[in-house]
Amino acid sequence: MELTIPRLAAGTPHGARSIPKARTGIRGLDEVTGGGLPAGRSTLITGAAGSGKTLLGVEFLVHGALHEGEPGVLLTFEESVDDLASNVASLGIDLHQLQADGLLIIDAFRIDPAETIETGAYDLEGLFIRLAYAVESIGAKRIVLDTIEVLLGAMTDQAIIRAELIRLLRWIKDRGLTVVVTGERGVNQFSRYGIEEYVSDCVILLDHRVQEELCTRRLRVMKYRGSLHGTNEYPFLITEHGLVVLPSTSMGLDYAAPTERVSSGLERLDYLLGGGIYRGSSMLITGEAGTGKTTIAAMMLAAACARGERALFVAFEESPAQLLRDMASVGIDLGRWVDAGVLRIFAGRPIAYGLELHLATVLHIVEEFGPTVVALDAMTALSQAGDPGQVSSAMTREIDLMKDRGITTIATSLTYAGSAASPETSSVAVTSLVDSWLLLRNRETNGERNRLIFVRKARGSAHSNQVREFVLTTEGPQLLDVYVGAQGVLTGSARLAQEAADRQAATRDREVLDRRRRHLAVLTAEADARIAALRAGLEAEAAEVAYLTSAFVTREAESAAETETMSQHRWADPAGASAAVNGVGG
Amino acid sequence: MTTSGPADNSAGLNPPTAVPAELFALRLYIAGMSPKCVRAIDNLKHVCEEHLAGRYSIEVIDLLVAPQLASGDEIVAVPTLVRQLPQPIRRIIGDLSDTEKVLVGLQLRPRNGTR
Repeated sequence: MELTIPRLAAGTPHGARSIPKARTGIRGLDEVTGGGLPAGRSTLITGAAGSGKTLLGVEFLVHGALHEGEPGVLLTFEESVDDLASNVASLGIDLHQLQADGLLIIDAFRIDPAETIETGAYDLEGLFIRLAYAVESIGAKRIVLDTIEVLLGAMTDQAIIRAELIRLLRWIKDRGLTVVVTGERGVNQFSRYGIEEYVSDCVILLDHRVQEELCTRRLRVMKYRGSLHGTNEYPFLITEHGLVVLPSTSMGLDYAAPTERVSSGLERLDYLLGGGIYRGSSMLITGEAGTGKTTIAAMMLAAACARGERALFVAFEESPAQLLRDMASVGIDLGRWVDAGVLRIFAGRPIAYGLELHLATVLHIVEEFGPTVVALDAMTALSQAGDPGQVSSAMTREIDLMKDRGITTIATSLTYAGSAASPETSSVAVTSLVDSWLLLRNRETNGERNRLIFVRKARGSAHSNQVREFVLTTEGPQLLDVYVGAQGVLTGSARLAQEAADRQAATRDREVLDRRRRHLAVLTAEADARIAALRAGLEAEAAEVAYLTSAFVTREAESAAETETMSQHRWADPAGASAAVNGVGG
Repeated sequence: MTTSGPADNSAGLNPPTAVPAELFALRLYIAGMSPKCVRAIDNLKHVCEEHLAGRYSIEVIDLLVAPQLASGDEIVAVPTLVRQLPQPIRRIIGDLSDTEKVLVGLQLRPRNGTR
């Protein structure tokens, strides 16, 4: 037996058997709902005033009209056509043009209970006729009713309204039209009206909540008949480009892992990192104030630009002009790349407009500009824009957004000096999320502070375990070896002093050596002389011995010859007998 | 379908709101000849003859025939009677079976007079 696990993680739980969907074109919502709202069915969007219901409905219609070939009809009970058109005009939606093009009909119902009196039986045939007329005149496939309560509240005879509304929804459904009904009061209210069953193939809750003075919009798919869907609360935003839902947790961990490495722009740093960082990976740079985090980030972006890539610098704490000036002072010319159009600097305080809007803005720039490297400096600033959980979630999403697009991310984070916590933590808890982690540290010795750099973590890389000194020069950042000795790690002037001392010691040693060498040479010369003298004596002796030897031999021979001669004269015995005679006699 | 009666200046039923010579321009929206709509037409004629004799005009609009006219007067419910004149516009929805309410709606009788 084979077990199949539904693939929910990637956030697109659509399968062959899934019901047909009508795409909304709203970023994130189609992902959460697995492709859109149920086509040919009804969806209830509920939320308090100002939660974005109408906008969602309008975007649904506009997307259908422009991109799906599905014209739409908007029945609005709340606003006039002109009001609605001017409200969404700021989002780049031209309702008047859509109407002129026959892609959209907006029918605004102004129901004023004060000038209406009910006498006897009636029905909502007028609404039906208007809707049918609109639907037929442009062949509409999508309908939005905004907001249903106004209709429900405008007339006193609830029994009639309820029956008519049910008839209307059936009428819409029978024609296979996709309808979105917006409602203010929540689902329970609709069950009280007895129409829940007719509007709840799909229920989406919009929420607008204020937490610690920060407002966050959230969206949740409460119910979706016949389809898998994301169940979480997803933050969403109303941006200048319309609604943006930001599903992070539904995003799968299925991004590609390129093996290509990109240079940090500093050879020695690349070496520390085992050859640069992987393209599309994320790097965290932490350190106290003034340790050079921004500089490293800027250097890496400049390196990307020099490779001919595009880079985005998201500055949370500095203006672009200040960043350019500061980086120029340490030999990193960002202005050149900005002028060349390959570097963009986006500066803004997240606290000014909230985490979600910040995310959406960055996402928009990323999509429009298409950078391969993004620096986020410093993520610490995000922590002022939400509670730690939200910040962590936002950072996770931000890094995920980049990773998903194969963008190399460099995030800096401030660690606070003197905090009780370990200095090797980030003020925002994402250290487990990032692929590599550069630690910058200030070290105070001899009345000065010096910077140390260390690779704390580098996933998938054989990285150095060495601490380096990090020096900012007008020619750019440099990495230097540090001295590790009995006094510990030496940096800055202590390192310079140590270098000088080492040079002196080396000089001294060389002098001693030279002296000993000279001494040895003298000794050698002496020895050689003595050896020569001895050898001369030896040779003289040898010559003497040789002379004596030859003289001796000559005498011996002469004496033997004399003896022979004498024997012959005396008739002596032969030599052998003579010897015996001599032996006896001798 | 327009019915007009001769002007009758002597009626003066409700001096505070209706100047005696005032003309009532009424428009009744219906959707086909459904029982409700037929009743509404009958009831309206009856009320007008009785209270507005000679100074009213009725225009009956069948939305099944002219659906595009529905949005002009913000018609949702059917039948709906719209008092075009005198200003301001008033709407009365339903089959007009409650004459007292119709008179209040047309401001031919003060609201508290019905209670």
